Amino acid sequence: MKIEVNGEQRDVAATNVGEALAELGLGEARVATALNGTFVSAAARDGTALSPADRLEVLTAMQGG
Amino acid sequence: MRDFYGETLKTPMMLGTARFPSPAVMEAAFRESGASVATVSLRRERGAGQAFWDMVRGLGVHLLPNTAGCHSAREAITTAQMAREYFQTDWIKLEVIGNADTLQPDPFGLLEAAEVLCADGFKVFPYTTEDQVLAARLVDAGCRVLMPWGAPIGSGMGLNNIHGLRTLRAAFPDVAMVIDAGLGLPSHAAQAMELGYDAILLNTAVAEADDPAAMARAFAMAVQAGALAATSGPMGMRDMAVPSTPLIGKAWL
Repeated sequence: MKIEVNGEQRDVAATNVGEALAELGLGEARVATALNGTFVSAAARDGTALSPADRLEVLTAMQGG
Repeated sequence: MRDFYGETLKTPMMLGTARFPSPAVMEAAFRESGASVATVSLRRERGAGQAFWDMVRGLGVHLLPNTAGCHSAREAITTAQMAREYFQTDWIKLEVIGNADTLQPDPFGLLEAAEVLCADGFKVFPYTTEDQVLAARLVDAGCRVLMPWGAPIGSGMGLNNIHGLRTLRAAFPDVAMVIDAGLGLPSHAAQAMELGYDAILLNTAVAEADDPAAMARAFAMAVQAGALAATSGPMGMRDMAVPSTPLIGKAWL
């Protein structure tokens, strides 16, 4: 299905957030995730189903003031 | 020094990690500043996150994640939740921006987000103005730290409203307060500490100096001087001159 990952269209076979991260090569990466603007904790990723056109944000540490 | 949600900071200096010319220069600035807190953020993963995470952990200071760039309570709340998991801290520098030019806080969104986050166990450091009514509402929401701006973020103008900042300090004697944003020179930092503030938060003034490490040291010295002055009973101001040399015993010439 087509979903948006960090603002870019992606075609994924994954059916949940955890599978999507693995498919994107971020299965082991230290990241924080949100789906359609709502926080998805690391523990909840496998149990959070994806639907077409979902917006997945995958964030990491960055410089900040 | 007042404590920050139970934590006593070794120095009254918080330093941002953005805008430095290189990671090595940033690390040198942290060493010279003696900063006890580093602010960090979350952004979209593009491959550099792990290295930065390893580096900031190596600084050996408290991490204070921010919600920079958020323009609504909802965005800020989600960002705070993500930051808590990523950075493994309940501390959050809560920014809800209301104006793109001044980067002024949106007081309504800020209060809404602070209420939700405090209730959810976050230790909220709200980036606010010197508005005393808003400060009272933030304290009512559960904030035990307030971070009023000195001037707009990145402007380097110093303390734009000294009267307002002095009034705010006096109004909440038990609340730890940090001057966040707008400081450009060490003298601004000294002035903030002289007013009785508990710490300052810097970024651009150090990161964009020609020699960030030296400027960090200059700020560290200024903060120390200001804090010492604040506890040393500064003299009151007068309108007229008062001679310091005694008049008694002056020769008749």
